[in-house]
Amino acid sequence: MNLTLKVWRQKNASDKGAFVTYNAKNVSEDMSFLEMLDVLNEELVEKGDQPIAFDHDCREGICGMCSMYINGRAHGPQNGTTTCQLHMRKFKDGETITIEPWRAAAFPVIKDLVVDRSSFDRIIAAGGFISVNTGNAQDANSLPIAKKDADDAFAAAACIGCGACVASCKNSSAMLFVSAKVSQLALLPQGRPEAATRVLNMVKQMDEEGFGNCTNTGSCEAECPKEISLENIARMNREFLFASLAGA
Amino acid sequence: MALTGLFLITFLVEHLYTNLLIFAGDGGLAFNEASHSMVHSIFIRVVEIVLFAAIILHVFQALSLTRENAKARPVKYAVSGVNQTSDWFSRNMGLTGSLILFFIVVHLNNYFVPYRITGTVGDGQEYSIAQCVVLALRHPGYAGLYLVSVIVLGFHLNHGFQSAFQSIGFNNKTYMPLLKLAGTGLAILFTVGFGAFPVLIFLFKFCQDILPLN
Repeated sequence: MNLTLKVWRQKNASDKGAFVTYNAKNVSEDMSFLEMLDVLNEELVEKGDQPIAFDHDCREGICGMCSMYINGRAHGPQNGTTTCQLHMRKFKDGETITIEPWRAAAFPVIKDLVVDRSSFDRIIAAGGFISVNTGNAQDANSLPIAKKDADDAFAAAACIGCGACVASCKNSSAMLFVSAKVSQLALLPQGRPEAATRVLNMVKQMDEEGFGNCTNTGSCEAECPKEISLENIARMNREFLFASLAGA
Repeated sequence: MALTGLFLITFLVEHLYTNLLIFAGDGGLAFNEASHSMVHSIFIRVVEIVLFAAIILHVFQALSLTRENAKARPVKYAVSGVNQTSDWFSRNMGLTGSLILFFIVVHLNNYFVPYRITGTVGDGQEYSIAQCVVLALRHPGYAGLYLVSVIVLGFHLNHGFQSAFQSIGFNNKTYMPLLKLAGTGLAILFTVGFGAFPVLIFLFKFCQDILPLN
């Protein structure tokens, strides 16, 4: 298949940046989106041009690095997947594909499609952990946890911190990410002792980073490659409310 | 936003009930009496102040959210597929809210200002509030604005009701679908209920018995 690619090119954080159009010829429909860009980059390097900078690592949908806004959708048109899991058969021959970096004040562009997501790291550093050593895995059932809580905690822990929620939210809100991190610990007994201070500190850091506010449009949930539920946001709001009232 | 929004919904329930009295078929007597007793009730005067405060707070919070959210994305996307992942009304609560606010201002100017502040109505003639309502709704411009506003209100509430519960932390798989259903039900109730006034009075000429004799 032959495609026209409109790719955001930006030399560095201070550069204004602009779209550059490339023609991708003879693209296999079995390629992943990142492999298609790899081939294009090889051609650019052969011509002596700068390759397109984009984040990638595991290429199996678990590292969350491949941040790209493809035709107006975080990670492209396929729900519940990252860009590395997106195959070219999801596009039509002759299609024009617009590729942009995540857009958010808290995710400044470093180069081309690469954004700085260290704001997420700082939110985690503000409280997304438990302060004691939990030791090795315990014997099963030595610490009883309700099945639903275990399932919900596991589902929240599936968040890979890719930032698609921020990218797809019309307000660039990070509520889905932060709420998943708050929930995975708040639901388990190991996380409860610090639950109140954790939620207050993480929300405070989220606000300081310049993310927008949640207006419950649900775009984040729809675009999340790990299908993290909006229920986590409600849980975080609940935790935040009780922690604030308790004056933690 | 959530708490002020939910409070304003409780007011709409009371407002709809009082309004429906105009269709009692008694020449507007029950409606006039209800309006009159509200004017002279200390309790209602206190609630009225809380109500105005809630509206102002709701608007102020909306403006503050909008300003912060605009700052959070200084560079917009060239291509946006957000319409594939969320519905238009959930993304445009500010716009629908602004239309509702405009209507509230017109609405207060028509009824609240003459009856509670200036004490004079229209052309200086003595009209009861029921007569005032019917006369205003016989005007095509006002009837049209009224109808459009209550439809917009319905969409605003359809998102707002369930969103308010989400914001105060009330969401799980069991009762969220019920809350969404309740929100849609409320939205339909208010749209049909309030929408009945312009439709029945303007289009179907209801409440002829209330009109002044001249």
